[in-house]
Amino acid sequence: MQNHFPFWKNLLILTVLVLGIVYSLPNLFGDDPSVQISSGNVADISETQLASIEKTLNSATINTKALELQGNKILVRFANTDEQMRAADLLRNHLGSQYTVALNLAPATPDWLRSFGAEPMYLGLDLRGGVHFLLEVDMAAALKQAEERYNNDIRSALRSAKIRYKSVAYDNGAVKVVLRNEKDKQAAIALVDNEFRKLDLKVDDSQPVLFLSITDQEIKEIKKFALAQNITTLRNRVNELGVSEPVIQQQGDNRIVVQLPGVQDTVQAKEILGTTATLEYRKVDTQHDVQNALNGRVPVGSKLYYERDTKAPVLLKRRVIITGDQIVDASSGLDQNGSASVNITLNGIGAKKMGKFTKDNIGQPMAVVFIEQKSITKIVNGKKVRRKEKIEEVISIATVRDAFSKRFQTTGLDSTQEARKLSLLLRAGALAAPVDIVEERTVGPSLGQDNIDKGIMSVMVGFVLVLIFMAIYYKTFGLIANLALTFNLVVIVAVLSMLQATLTLPGIAGIVLTVGMAVDANVLIFERIKEELANRNSPQTSIFVGYEKAFGTIFDANITTLLVALVLFGFGTGPIKGFAITLAIGILTSMFTAILGSRMVINWIYGNRRIEKLSI
Amino acid sequence: MSKHINFLGKRQFAAIFSGLLLIVAILSLATQGLKLGIDFTGGTLVEIGYKKAVDLKLMRSALEKSGFDDATVQHFGTAQEVLIRLKPKEGKSNAELSTEVAAAAEGAMSEQGDLRRVEFVGPQVGDELTEDGGLALLYSMFGILLYVAWRFEYKFALGSVAALAHDVLITLGFFSVLQLEFDLTVLAAILAVIGYSLNDTIVVYDRIRENFRLLRKGSSEEVMNTSLNQTLSRTMMTSLTTLLVLIALSLLGGEIIHNFAIALTVGVVIGTYSSIFVASPLVLALGVSKEDLMVTEVEVEGAEFEMTGAEPGNVDRMP
Repeated sequence: MQNHFPFWKNLLILTVLVLGIVYSLPNLFGDDPSVQISSGNVADISETQLASIEKTLNSATINTKALELQGNKILVRFANTDEQMRAADLLRNHLGSQYTVALNLAPATPDWLRSFGAEPMYLGLDLRGGVHFLLEVDMAAALKQAEERYNNDIRSALRSAKIRYKSVAYDNGAVKVVLRNEKDKQAAIALVDNEFRKLDLKVDDSQPVLFLSITDQEIKEIKKFALAQNITTLRNRVNELGVSEPVIQQQGDNRIVVQLPGVQDTVQAKEILGTTATLEYRKVDTQHDVQNALNGRVPVGSKLYYERDTKAPVLLKRRVIITGDQIVDASSGLDQNGSASVNITLNGIGAKKMGKFTKDNIGQPMAVVFIEQKSITKIVNGKKVRRKEKIEEVISIATVRDAFSKRFQTTGLDSTQEARKLSLLLRAGALAAPVDIVEERTVGPSLGQDNIDKGIMSVMVGFVLVLIFMAIYYKTFGLIANLALTFNLVVIVAVLSMLQATLTLPGIAGIVLTVGMAVDANVLIFERIKEELANRNSPQTSIFVGYEKAFGTIFDANITTLLVALVLFGFGTGPIKGFAITLAIGILTSMFTAILGSRMVINWIYGNRRIEKLSI
Repeated sequence: MSKHINFLGKRQFAAIFSGLLLIVAILSLATQGLKLGIDFTGGTLVEIGYKKAVDLKLMRSALEKSGFDDATVQHFGTAQEVLIRLKPKEGKSNAELSTEVAAAAEGAMSEQGDLRRVEFVGPQVGDELTEDGGLALLYSMFGILLYVAWRFEYKFALGSVAALAHDVLITLGFFSVLQLEFDLTVLAAILAVIGYSLNDTIVVYDRIRENFRLLRKGSSEEVMNTSLNQTLSRTMMTSLTTLLVLIALSLLGGEIIHNFAIALTVGVVIGTYSSIFVASPLVLALGVSKEDLMVTEVEVEGAEFEMTGAEPGNVDRMP
């Protein structure tokens, strides 16, 4: 039995075909304009909230297609963008500021397909429109900040240990400490060993001089922290923008990629990403009544604030104890009793101020105020009006238990989540290393749609041209190759959908190119079959030998192309990666469909019977 | 085989032709270089679409008034669309630049434009992309060299890589002579050309190797000529189907990937030519002989040789 596949091979091919069809299907259903509602507080998203949103929309006669509770967000689908916009405006006003209302295009994949986990391809920013930013953290500035901090810290540590020094100054990559005599020098060495373990100590034997420099390990830590801190801050900011699927990722040692699909207002996006938050520690005014202040009688020297989560009013003293730029680090952890806490480290100046304040205020409550410049867009008389607003919120109130200065803990937090949230906010408000936008790519929604249309058009036209050409040149075998090619296109789309790899415009070009090259395998096989026929072999033998002989060639030729695709993937950024991915997937799938797929059909047609002539 | 073209007999003509193309390409690259896009040079690019045709003079003067003297303005695709480019500026906060340009350009027309695309690439990013791009080219060539040397023989590896360098240089030269913009997508196309041209070359080499082992008689030149003729219709067919889709892509794919499609089209034509007229003559010139391939056959190709080299009549008995 020469041209016959064993049952398992047919089954494998048919299984791949069915899977390919199922997983590529979602791409045919398009998107629903929708509104996505999320909240930092998970408890806010519930069935009750869902019902309330439905009621609100119904009473405003906005028709919804579906309302879905998806984990920690609510998705409302609409029939058209008009209703989507109206609903978004309505919900923004109705739900209040703890919710984020984002416009979204939700895939309209039917439920039965979604139950298989089938989803449409993930479109890149050049196809769906949106903004891509590449931000670079100024590490030199971050290191300089750290050096200055150490400089100050060393001075104050020496002073508080009553070690007299001649000078402490930054000198050629290290802090140079000049002391008065050998005794002070030994005391200083002991102090450094104790308190500044992260610094490299070099001692000059001939004179009372110490050199302290930041270790490589510590430099790494500082850079890591600067990056992590900026990513945290960016996350918070992006949440405000109301983007449905933002990407915020580290790239390399000092860069951050921010991708905001669907964002059209880049000016606003840049503003929000660029604003900085600050913190202030203030004493709580316990002498005056909050109720009076609420009625408009705010005492002199105090100011009325609200808590971030509970919105409860708090009266705080106007005098600031320390500001956020004096915070060096904040991390969540557990205290001695095992309850959640946040550990805060201050710089020298901050520590001094804090020490002075806490000494006199043991037993008194102290509050942290989080201050942000937000730009808020509101619809007034049908026009978009943008204005900047300073938002000041109290994020933590704690009682001073002890006199402390450089390092202290905020304890008694309800949960570890709470602690993590507070430490993130403290870090966000701490002195951040400056960030520059080093790359920006914005694609407007109209261009995105254009790109999709043109891409699909060129795939289709190229595809049909190849089909016609093959059918004319290779007759029946050409039609079989066309089946394999169609199969290939379906499998490429299915694999891209399953991997949720980003499809970009160059990615579509990659598919187009694969369509052209995928027939190559079939051409190689068919030419071999023709040769074998010309050598007076029987049709059955020609088919068999043609496939056997062509295989090695196809394999070698495709491996080398795959090699190039891998290099492209390794070196390329965004769009080029997209091209490399589709090219690589296309090569692999084309080998499967062109060799196995076409063979199966040929076996069905010609296998196991006597044939005089091949239509090739 | 009815057709038999003496390809290798024409190798002097091919050498002159390739030599001329290479000289033009290298001269052009050396004197006027490539018109690099902002991906590599850094800078700002803003594309705006209007409903009415845009008067470029008006747009230019509006930009000048806002202080963008060095802005180049051109139509993009249609007269309703403009593309504004700015060179990278020292000191200026870069990301704000694109915002300002967009605002100045929008003010030039009476209607509200549709901001279709904004690209800003910082100079340092541009330098990195140039470096990465060059490295990508080198690494892929090197990877190919190793793979072909391993699967075939080092003379074939040298021949294929020289043919690839030939294709890349001529395609780059094409972009340099016509001063077409060279951006990241074109670089991707060049790399794809490497993949494609190599594909063609490998198919020919594969046949040469097979024939060296199969045909007991004939000089190297005859064997190679036979191989080229045997693979000719495949080479033409695949090039034609690929060119068909590339034409579709360059005509319908839109402005953004137009140069990408052009680069691939040129590359495919050159790659097809080089796999016949450059890669094989080079291997011949390096003095390839039957013995070169007989050695590898024993080491790595033993099993496959049995399969491909089997007499057609014996095939029925194979599992």
